[in-house]
Amino acid sequence: MTNAIDPLIINLTVFVLAVFVGYHVIWNVTPALHTPLMSVTNAISSIILVGAMLAAGSSAGLDLAAILGFLGVALASVNVFGGFLVTHRMLGMFRKKEPKGGKALEKK
Amino acid sequence: MMTPNQVALAYLVASVLFIFALKGLSSPESARRGNLFGIIGMVLAVVTTFAITRNWIVIVLGLAVGGAIGAVVARRVEMTQMPELVAAFHSLVGMSAVLIAIAIVNNPSAFGIPDPMPRGNKLELFIGTFIGAITFSGSIIAFGKLAGLGKRSRLFSSAPVVFPAQHWVNLLLAIVMIVFGVLFFLAGPDAQWAPFLIMTAIAFALGVLIIIPIGGADMPVVISMLNSYSGWAAAGIGFSLNNTMLIIAGSLVGSSGAILSYIMCRAMNRSFISVILGGFGAAEGAAVTGGGQKNVKSGSAEDVAFLLSNAESVIIVPGYGLAVARAQHAVKEMVEKLSEKGVKVRYAIHPVAGRMPGHMNVLLAEADVPYDQVLEMDEINNEFSTTDVAFVLGANDVVNPAAKTPGSAIFGMPILEAHKARTILVNKRSMATGYAGLDNDLFYMDKTMMVFGDAKKIVEEIVKAI
Repeated sequence: MTNAIDPLIINLTVFVLAVFVGYHVIWNVTPALHTPLMSVTNAISSIILVGAMLAAGSSAGLDLAAILGFLGVALASVNVFGGFLVTHRMLGMFRKKEPKGGKALEKK
Repeated sequence: MMTPNQVALAYLVASVLFIFALKGLSSPESARRGNLFGIIGMVLAVVTTFAITRNWIVIVLGLAVGGAIGAVVARRVEMTQMPELVAAFHSLVGMSAVLIAIAIVNNPSAFGIPDPMPRGNKLELFIGTFIGAITFSGSIIAFGKLAGLGKRSRLFSSAPVVFPAQHWVNLLLAIVMIVFGVLFFLAGPDAQWAPFLIMTAIAFALGVLIIIPIGGADMPVVISMLNSYSGWAAAGIGFSLNNTMLIIAGSLVGSSGAILSYIMCRAMNRSFISVILGGFGAAEGAAVTGGGQKNVKSGSAEDVAFLLSNAESVIIVPGYGLAVARAQHAVKEMVEKLSEKGVKVRYAIHPVAGRMPGHMNVLLAEADVPYDQVLEMDEINNEFSTTDVAFVLGANDVVNPAAKTPGSAIFGMPILEAHKARTILVNKRSMATGYAGLDNDLFYMDKTMMVFGDAKKIVEEIVKAI
């Protein structure tokens, strides 16, 4: 009978489909927002934080893995916070023309 | 505690939220909501991971330290510094990938990987590690170049750093790195450290060597490429950990960076390979002193103010010179004054204007320029011919009509057709050539007037004179 599918194959399936999704979503990004795109993808790539958390918590004590994990978490979280916050700051600057030249925030 | 299935489902939701975050960027209206989705996705991912891990104190400490630094940097950074900030951030992702990889080699069973590690996992780990290491050291070099640290060390020089047989050295190193990767792949659990560490060290060196020969003007490609690498590094670690969320998020980022690199290369009409091989722009900033026969008309800020206020329509073409001079606020003031006089003013942005994709748009947005006045090359190129004045501010190659002449070094590069406007005003600091090292015929046209000087000072004088 059939054996279980190797996780590598499942990962590969997910990978290929995700690349396709990425391809189509990114082509729809307006060129004016390419800098925020880079900073938000930066924040998203710091999802590697999850790997670092697993490394830090792989044992209960303070061994090599915990130290490596701590460093990894610290580096990645600079990106998480920095990336999302700077994107937020940038996006807040993009405004439409105000009818009377006022500086009120558009929408929210 | 959560079951593995619950964890996987939570990760799936987070992955979908990341896709929405990127989808939001299709228009400035939806972008902020998109960013919020991204934040929610990240919080969900982190909270879920807390449920399946230990050592919370260590993790919280790491989050607090890193988060505080990140938050302060994000708040303080100036918009002109975005390229170097992004480069610095890429390096961090690369380094965390390497750290995680070392932790996995150290104790695979702690990550749910059988010990000794199966070959498949080793292959994934090898790929994730070397991409992470190259991302780290390459981004450090890119950061130095973008931050203008060339005076501190030649490695960071914005001019290409080249040496004989450079590409062969790189190729050789890449092969040696792969050989050690294979040794790591084949080695038993006792003998795997040496090849793993040597491979990682070579990857760090390669990252430096790949980026140093690339000149300042090609930075938009480099920074997009490193953006892409940081995504692939995350995806690689995702493969090793059998974590589909890391694979999805990493692939999204990887393809995003790859597409941006492609768009940047297309906008310069250069192949990706030729950018990576580097050496372009070696003559950067070389002044044209020899061919002084051609006549240039130059004028004062008052002349410019006169021409601008009497025009019906004006298109402003900003370039990197505007970013360097931090003139965006002054420009905005000038445009407001002109608009009050009934002049129709718009901005035309070339895809590679500035040091990273979309750099000009952010600078103008920072100065409160409404984004509907800022148009992309394809949207506005047809309108130059019906425009009274094109005002080129600190841009050069992107408006060089030589791109239409077969045989020119930049032949085929799409340009903003400023030369078609009825009058052309050009602000530059000097007659120095752009990064392509080419003379620009636009400057010598009869209908062109040059205004020499720092963009900010000149524009401020224009504002006074209007």
